[in-house]
Amino acid sequence: MFDKKVIPLDKWVQNGIDYVVENYREVFQTIKLPIEKTLEGLDWLFNVVNPVVMIILFALVTLKISGKKLSVFTTISLIFIGLLGLWSEAMTTLAMITASVLFCVIVGIPLGIISGKSDKFENMLKPVLDAMQTTPAFVYLIPVVMLFSIGTVSGVIATIVFALPPIVRLTSLGIRQVDKELVEAGIAFGATSWQLLVKVQIPQALPTIMAGLNQTIMMALSMVVIAALIGSGGLGEPVFQGLNNLDIGLAFIGGISIVLLAIVLDRVSQNISKKK
Amino acid sequence: MSQSQKIVVNNLFKIFGPTPEKAMKLLNQGLSKDEIFKRTGNNVGVQDASFSINEGEIFVVMGLSGSGKSTLVRMLNRLIKPTSGEVIINGKDITKLSDRELINMRRSEMSMVFQSFALLPHLNVIDNVCFGLELSKIEKNKRYERGLKALEQVGLAQYANSMPDELSGGMRQRVGLARALAVDPQILLMDEAFSALDPLIRSEMQDELLELQAKHKRTIVFISHDLDEAIKLGDRIAIMEGGKIVQIGTAEEILKNPANDYVRAFFKGVDPTSILTAGDLIRKDTHVTIIRHPGDGPRVALQRLISYDKDYGYVLDKERRFVGVISADRLKEEMDREGDTNLLDAILEKIEPVNINEPMQNILELITKTNIPIPVVDDENRFKGVISRNSFLKSLYSSKVEMGAENV
Repeated sequence: MFDKKVIPLDKWVQNGIDYVVENYREVFQTIKLPIEKTLEGLDWLFNVVNPVVMIILFALVTLKISGKKLSVFTTISLIFIGLLGLWSEAMTTLAMITASVLFCVIVGIPLGIISGKSDKFENMLKPVLDAMQTTPAFVYLIPVVMLFSIGTVSGVIATIVFALPPIVRLTSLGIRQVDKELVEAGIAFGATSWQLLVKVQIPQALPTIMAGLNQTIMMALSMVVIAALIGSGGLGEPVFQGLNNLDIGLAFIGGISIVLLAIVLDRVSQNISKKK
Repeated sequence: MSQSQKIVVNNLFKIFGPTPEKAMKLLNQGLSKDEIFKRTGNNVGVQDASFSINEGEIFVVMGLSGSGKSTLVRMLNRLIKPTSGEVIINGKDITKLSDRELINMRRSEMSMVFQSFALLPHLNVIDNVCFGLELSKIEKNKRYERGLKALEQVGLAQYANSMPDELSGGMRQRVGLARALAVDPQILLMDEAFSALDPLIRSEMQDELLELQAKHKRTIVFISHDLDEAIKLGDRIAIMEGGKIVQIGTAEEILKNPANDYVRAFFKGVDPTSILTAGDLIRKDTHVTIIRHPGDGPRVALQRLISYDKDYGYVLDKERRFVGVISADRLKEEMDREGDTNLLDAILEKIEPVNINEPMQNILELITKTNIPIPVVDDENRFKGVISRNSFLKSLYSSKVEMGAENV
């Protein structure tokens, strides 16, 4: 019975996007601006610092947060990536991840807090988050490029779309899981709703929020290769090129660099949440 | 009305659910809680509660779980907003306060102690204690000063820098109590505050609360499901069943005259000796009083004992203050002695009077040890009567019968 198409949704979407691109390009360029500036700054910073200084810095930070083991692992990993000739790519990836996670935190935590406090808002937000997580990235990659043009910034925006949901969900969960009596105690002692949030709910939800941050970082990393498709560079680039040219070796060294970076970032972000 | 009323609650209702107005209407038509839930899906939490609590009183609200007692206490500081009715605290109806006024009232006039302590795990003890003061934006030094004072009151000043999870349950609840005391409230709401503690610690905390109350009178609303606790702490007790207050009174009033079977069942397991006091056991007809006149000799006293056919007599001074107990045998001995005889020399040494408010429990041992009826006095040492072994057993029996325990 369904041999004839009745709803031309594909056409509507096509026309819709075309219309938006044509008429609202400036709006999207404005949205792009803060992301672009942040990214440029970070990329410049990570690449301008001497690799040796960078490695020492990383070693110290990991030492402080997670201890000796991870510090040694991080140092070896970074030197290894450098020796593979992918230092600059790794720094670009790092900059992209930092930028996208930063925006995920800025947008995601407040959204999570609101959705933790309001059932209505959560019910509205849930399907949107589901869509963000499950829509294949390739579906929105093209519109993103059309709106924001090709390059690193589009990569970051696509990454934000994909990596935002966990931090929103887990912030909301964290707020909801705060012991009811603690919230009552806050109110009973005369907390305003802001005081309740800052002095009771967020501190109690922090471990869960940090778990969300960890998930967001990992998801951002997993977007690296896909983002390379739209010319965002970084460690996804050698993987992508290797695939294109059947250069398995090139794809492999890109891949292993991503894995090493992922392990370091995962352990660091996990330990931040444990410390708190 | 001699005492001032601190909290007055008038026709307070709380209905949980989607359509409280509808449930209210059905309630007014006389439908039961269960029927209303079946028909509308609304749950009646508290139904038509009216009472008043005097200043400086410990008012215990008692009931089984689900009887609405926690809901009731939460409406007193509006953690739960009443569906209808008035809660008048210090003359102000708090159901009509604005958010700002409400916050100010919570910060200064009343504080709360919770069943599971509700300490903030990320703050140390002193910061927990100062929580209420911090919310009121009191400057740090001043805050700590007051916090430490509150901690001293509960005997935990040396733990100021510990974290809550390093403390035992009893200590944590002391911190909870100190947090409530730190804001120096006139009203303390205690929601099953000691229920999570083991019996020994619970009893200790109850004593401490009474001590604190003796030093500084506050109006305390204490929620409990433990009758012994209610009897020990409560100046008055309100008993709740299914969202309704079924009886309000002193433990003794409720014990002697339970309003219905629910209340009776509640009091069934109670040891009457913990409620009845010496005053309840006095038998007015059994004693012999001897007013001591200056110069009264043993002879006159003996004469009175013989004429009433009694072995013991009670010597009082002119203000009816208790002086001692005399026995016929001792009087005879005294008279046989040569020289100046004095009534005071015939007083038996080992008989100490008991206070009229002494619980029956504490007299038990005394009663079993001696067959002399024990004199009872009031706080000014004025003689009120005696308790004999007989009268003790009689009242024990009758209170058991009252409670329906004769079938056991």
